[in-house]
Amino acid sequence: MAQAGTLDIRNLSKQYRVQGEPLSVLDAISLSIEPGEFVSIVGSSGCGKSTLLRLIIGLEGDYKGEILLDGQHVVGTSLDRGIVFQEHRLFPWLTVEQNIAVGVLNAPGSDAAKKRAVQEHIALVGLKGFETAYPHQLSGGMSQRVAIARALVNRPEVLLLDEPFGALDALTRGHLQQELERIWRTEGITAILVTHDVEEAVVLGDRVIVMQPRPGRIKRIVDVPLARSRDRGAAAFMAIKDDVLSEFGGVPPLEAINPSIVLQRDISDWHFSR
Amino acid sequence: MNETPTRAPLRPAAATRRIDPRAFALPLALLALWWLLTAGGWVDTRLIVPPGNVLRVAARTLGDPVFWQGVLFSVARDAGGFAAGALGGVALGSALGASRLAERLIGPSFHTLRQISLFAWLPLLSSWLGYGELSKLVFIALSTLYPVALGTFEGVRGVTLEHLDVARVYRFSRSQLLFRLILPAAAPQIATGLTLGLVYAWVATIGSEFLLANWGNGLGNIIIKGRAAFNVELIIVGMLAIGAIGTSLNRIAARVEARALRWQRPPT
Repeated sequence: MAQAGTLDIRNLSKQYRVQGEPLSVLDAISLSIEPGEFVSIVGSSGCGKSTLLRLIIGLEGDYKGEILLDGQHVVGTSLDRGIVFQEHRLFPWLTVEQNIAVGVLNAPGSDAAKKRAVQEHIALVGLKGFETAYPHQLSGGMSQRVAIARALVNRPEVLLLDEPFGALDALTRGHLQQELERIWRTEGITAILVTHDVEEAVVLGDRVIVMQPRPGRIKRIVDVPLARSRDRGAAAFMAIKDDVLSEFGGVPPLEAINPSIVLQRDISDWHFSR
Repeated sequence: MNETPTRAPLRPAAATRRIDPRAFALPLALLALWWLLTAGGWVDTRLIVPPGNVLRVAARTLGDPVFWQGVLFSVARDAGGFAAGALGGVALGSALGASRLAERLIGPSFHTLRQISLFAWLPLLSSWLGYGELSKLVFIALSTLYPVALGTFEGVRGVTLEHLDVARVYRFSRSQLLFRLILPAAAPQIATGLTLGLVYAWVATIGSEFLLANWGNGLGNIIIKGRAAFNVELIIVGMLAIGAIGTSLNRIAARVEARALRWQRPPT
């Protein structure tokens, strides 16, 4: 089992320069994530949630504040931190098993041990029988499974997921959410999931971090003290989901304020008239 | 399972596809016209020789070890020059595509030199290196270099930032970056460049044997001998041999390409 890491983010700020003007993307983010915890981050687009992940994985630098993994400053990328992107980003010229082996290419250990790890992870993501398939022969969901196996095969301490199921259809997404939960439990890994899907965030997260944009900062942290696997139809689940949802929008539906508005609707309100 | 585990079939090798028999109609028609013109005596048969004579000369030539020696020399010359030019082209194209500095420093000179017709290099090459093997090889290599370098350049420039992120996450070294990401990602365009380079190399091989003629070995020399002896049949046999060998080389290249790029999505 992989050793889970503690991630400490202290007063993290990040600016980009846009046409010479500084643009604040992240402002004073502080967050401490326990070993083995599953944290979801939700926010509308432009709230800097993907930038936060790119900073943690080490693909971007030049920030203010501190990012510590087990007390060590994060500098550049490391095999201790794995990531799954929204697009699978597999190499189309490599087969499933070769793509997963990319994850252990620069890891320590013998070739035999690496080969075994690749086979184990193919089984873990349920792709036995597809070892020699090329990415173009796989569906979107299967490709994303391969990407998850590639991220996990070198046993990182932290797994980062950047809207990993955002491009998949609803059925596949629900199925892969279950799978991800199972894999997270099997591996005992610390996981951070960035998503714009509130239900996904509540289904998977021990905590849900709600972010708000311009500049990106943490608006609220919602605990999800529900037993796993969670029932999306349960009242307790719906209550937490609604609680998180209420942090968005800001403006409740018009009908809720003034029910008479409903009566004044005419054909121009019809969906297809626009 | 919510996903249907489908596995699309691999692309059938394009090179093994059968030729439509209708493709033979035009050559056969021309052959018939040629035969009619010469048999009817409407043309000077010393210039436009009858097909039967060509066939006779062809049979004699094919039985002549000197001809096969010429073929061997030409193909070896072609392969040597092509290999050198392809290697140089991939190296140059990778450097231009991957390094902004290299593109700024070498790019403009490369694109300017490219405008000089290849055959314009011949006087310079023969002045420097004479009419021997080396100047022929340099000329063939130079002909191969341009298309291969251009293809490689395009391919390397097409490597996505998304894949570069993956390489950084898995801590690729510089050589891993080149051999495990950049070159495989650029392979389709490199293959296009190589296929074009192969055509250019064969043209340059025969061209060098004509224009850097030193009465040595090679298919081009056989044709030159034919012209010197006013043997039109031999000239035509030489031309047909050049075409046949060029076509075979391209078919082999297409097969190799289809095999190497079998990971690609089949064209829809």
